[in-house]
Formats: sequence, C-alpha cells, structure tokens
Amino acid sequence: MSALALRSRIGAAGYLVCFGGIVRRELLRFLNQTGRFFSALVRPLVWLFIFAAGFRSVLGLSITPPYQTYVLYDVYVVPGLAAMIQLFAGMQSSLSMVYDREVGSMRLLLTSPFPRWSLLFAKLSAGVIVSLVQVYVFIAIAQLWGTDLPHLGLLTALPAFVLVGLMLGAMGLFLSSLVRQLENFASVMNFVIFPLFFASSALYPLWRIRESSEVLYRICLANPFNHAVELIRFALYRQVEPVALGVVLCTTALFFLLAAIAYDPGRGVMGRRGGPPETPT
Amino acid sequence: MSAPPPALLVRELGHRFGNRAALADVSVSVPEGGFVALLGPNGAGKTTLFSVATGLYANQSGSVSVFGHDIRSAASAALARLGVVFQARTLDADLTVRQNLVYHAALHGIRGRAAMPRIIELLDRVGLRERLDEKVRTLSGGQARRIEIARALVHGPRLLLLDEPTVGLDLASRSDVVRIVRDLVAAERLSVLWATHIFDEVDPGDQVVVLHAGKVVATGVASDLARPGGSLEASFRQLTASPRRAA
Repeated sequence: MSALALRSRIGAAGYLVCFGGIVRRELLRFLNQTGRFFSALVRPLVWLFIFAAGFRSVLGLSITPPYQTYVLYDVYVVPGLAAMIQLFAGMQSSLSMVYDREVGSMRLLLTSPFPRWSLLFAKLSAGVIVSLVQVYVFIAIAQLWGTDLPHLGLLTALPAFVLVGLMLGAMGLFLSSLVRQLENFASVMNFVIFPLFFASSALYPLWRIRESSEVLYRICLANPFNHAVELIRFALYRQVEPVALGVVLCTTALFFLLAAIAYDPGRGVMGRRGGPPETPT
Repeated sequence: MSAPPPALLVRELGHRFGNRAALADVSVSVPEGGFVALLGPNGAGKTTLFSVATGLYANQSGSVSVFGHDIRSAASAALARLGVVFQARTLDADLTVRQNLVYHAALHGIRGRAAMPRIIELLDRVGLRERLDEKVRTLSGGQARRIEIARALVHGPRLLLLDEPTVGLDLASRSDVVRIVRDLVAAERLSVLWATHIFDEVDPGDQVVVLHAGKVVATGVASDLARPGGSLEASFRQLTASPRRAA
C-alpha cells in the first residue's frame, strides 16, 4: 500500500465510494427486511383507508393555504401520513443505530478513516433514501385508492421529503446517542413519536386546535414536526412555506451538530457512559 | 536516522468510566512484524483498550499511535493502517459474504471492483472462497470469524488488532483461527495485537502483556513469564490473584 494510493483513498473520491457503500448497505438491508417495509406501509394506509374514511364527512375543513378549494379529508392527511412514515423511519433507524452499536457494526463503521461526522451524514442520508422509497410507494397506493393529489406536486415535494427525512433522521441520530441500550420501541413511541405527531397539523389543521386551547396551539407551533408537515403540504402544491423551511433547516442543523458532538470520541457521551457494553464472555 | 516507529505504541494510557478506572497507566508496544498477546481475565480492560486504540473513545490520558500516527490528531492516517476484529460479531447476517466485504472496502474508500482481487485472495487464505455469494447467516461461528479476519485485511492494513477472536468457538475452529492468523502474520509480515484469556493461543516465543484490573502487571516473552509459576497459566494465576501490582 503506497502512501500515494492511501492518500487518494481517503480523499474526496474515496469518500464518495464510502458514502455509496453505506447507502448500498442500508438499501440491501431494507430489501432483506420485507416485513419491516410492509409494517411501515400498513400504518399510514390504515389511517388513510379507515380513519380518513370515517372522518371524511365529520371534519369540515375551511379553505386554508395551500389549498385553494375545499379538499377531502384524505387529501388533507396525505402530507401528514407521509411525514409519519419518515418519522417512524427516522426513529427506527435511530434504534437500529443503538442496535448496531450493541452488536458492533457501528464500531466497524467508526473504524473507517473518514471523519466521523461524514460517516454519520452518510448513515443519515442512507436512512433518508430508504424513507423516500417508502413515502413514494405509499403515495402511489393512495393515488390508486383515489386520493386526488397534484401530479407535478409529487415531484416538487421531493426536496421537501429529503429535508424532512434529514431532519427526522438527525433527531433520531441524536436520540440514538442518548440511549444506552436497545430499549423498547414503545417508550420511543410514547415519548417522541406520539407527541410530535399529534401536536402537529398532520391530522387536523391547527386552527381547530386553537379553537379549544391557545396553549396547545402554541405548543404545536413550536413543534418542528408540525413545520415538516407544512413544508411537505405546501411543496405538494408547488409552494415554499418560508417559516417551515427555516424551522426544518435549523432543526436539522441543530440535531446533526448535537449528534456529531455526541458521537465524537473526545467530547461525546459514548466514552464517558461506557459506550458499547463489553460483552460478557 | 531514527528507528521506524512501532506498529502500535500505547503510552501511559488511562481511561475512566465515571468513577471506575478501566485503564490506568497502560503501556503496550507492538513492533513492526511482531505478534503480541494481550493476556487478561474478563473485565481486565482489554476491550476498553481496543476501543481507545481504534478511536471509538478518545484517550483521556496518555497516547496511542499507529505507525507513528496519533489516533487523535491523525485519526485518518492511523485508522487507514489498522485492521480490527472485534469481540462481538459485526457481519451483517442477512447480506452475503461478498456484500459484507465490499461494504468494508467502501468504508475505506476502495471500490468494489478494485477490491475483488484482494477479497478473493483473502477468502482463499481463510479457506472460504466458495462461500462468496452465500449469506453470512448460513456460516458457522468459526467460518464467520474467518470471514471477519479476511474482512479486517481487505484494505491492506499493516497492523491487526484482534479482541478475543476465538470466543465462543469450538476447539477445531479455534485452532483454525489461530493458525490462519499466524500464517497471515508470516505471509504478509503483519503486526498483531491479540487479546485473549486462553493460554493455548500463546506460543512460548510470543511477547506477552498481562493486563489485570486495568493495569499492566507483567510484560515479557511467554516462556520467561511461564518460569516462576511453572507454566504460563500458573504464572498468570499468581499475577492476577495477588492485589494489583505495578508493572
């Protein structure tokens, strides 16, 4: 191994190879876990087929931007349900990081000579790509079911899905650095997923919440997931919601920075808290 | 001209988890082309030492360098020259042997096509070439270990760290793994740090570092260390039974 070859390997071209390798592995693992894929799809589809059908006539929706006309409830919930898929995917990948850390494949990843933040970014991007596959399959099924979505909007929403995926993945990544051991998914559901999901405009417009409680309305406005849903909703109608975009970008940057610090060997929590447990032998 | 730096130089390393000192003032040196056995009972700090040496945790005191490259200030250069076999299994069971090894090559910036000749060569060495396209799930524990050893060498490191690589293997697989690594050391002039608590894996001529309760309690050639107790095992028992002794 000559010094020159080594230098080119750990340069920018080498990083692209590394990035590609990490994404490829995530996709291969995803394809191998068809069960996980279906359960990720069943959840939003149940909401769409049953919940939205039940509420179609109960929930009256006034015309709020980006909608220019009355929309059916199933049209309203699709952005929220797509964001929900990404929320679950983000948390699931964070849990898989905890699992990876326990079984040691995280250790393997971290022996790569590339900077640690760049490895985390590759891992995060890989998770986003997997979540995009799920989102678009869900949207395709929703359209087959008869939900009326703008066709061009499906394309303009792609950058929004990427940003939202990065944000939720970064939140999950940070969460994974806090969790010492593989914990019950139920507690993550209770303390993270449900509060984020229900305190947002995913299932109902926020003016509905405001009618019942101003405090709750403020909480929803402070919820980054709410802005993620709105970013997607507007992007589907070829509009950019600047506040939502700003919140999503800032939240992503903040959580990614926190995760990078947490996974940094010098400053991070891993070394001090014991990191991966020593397997008893 | 000064002498070339050792393959691995651990100097006065200390590491604490909260109040518990996992390593205190640990110094280990692996010369280029040398085989050093790190002998210690469970909980002696072997895995912590490996974690620090591979940059998973930063050393809190002391220093670690790989061929003269400090693991903190020159992490990239150090990690690129390092191959690791972890105690825990780190292969993706659902992926094939090829997919696992190509993934590892990618982590080191090597394209799959460029890595394949090396991968085939290494699989030949560990005697598992014909399993290239089988899922790791179908391999036995010993075979998976051999794949992990091959994997650790895909990027052509000069130093190999193995953390209790024979744990959980039956006798035959264990001796296979030991033989393969010793052959590789000879063929590729690798430098090796081999952590274990199994005495059979240590040859009389090997350099040995005995770690106990986070401290180095003895260093030397295995046959010399064996003398006071009559055997390496007996000497080891004496060393690790007594209250902590300075090196």
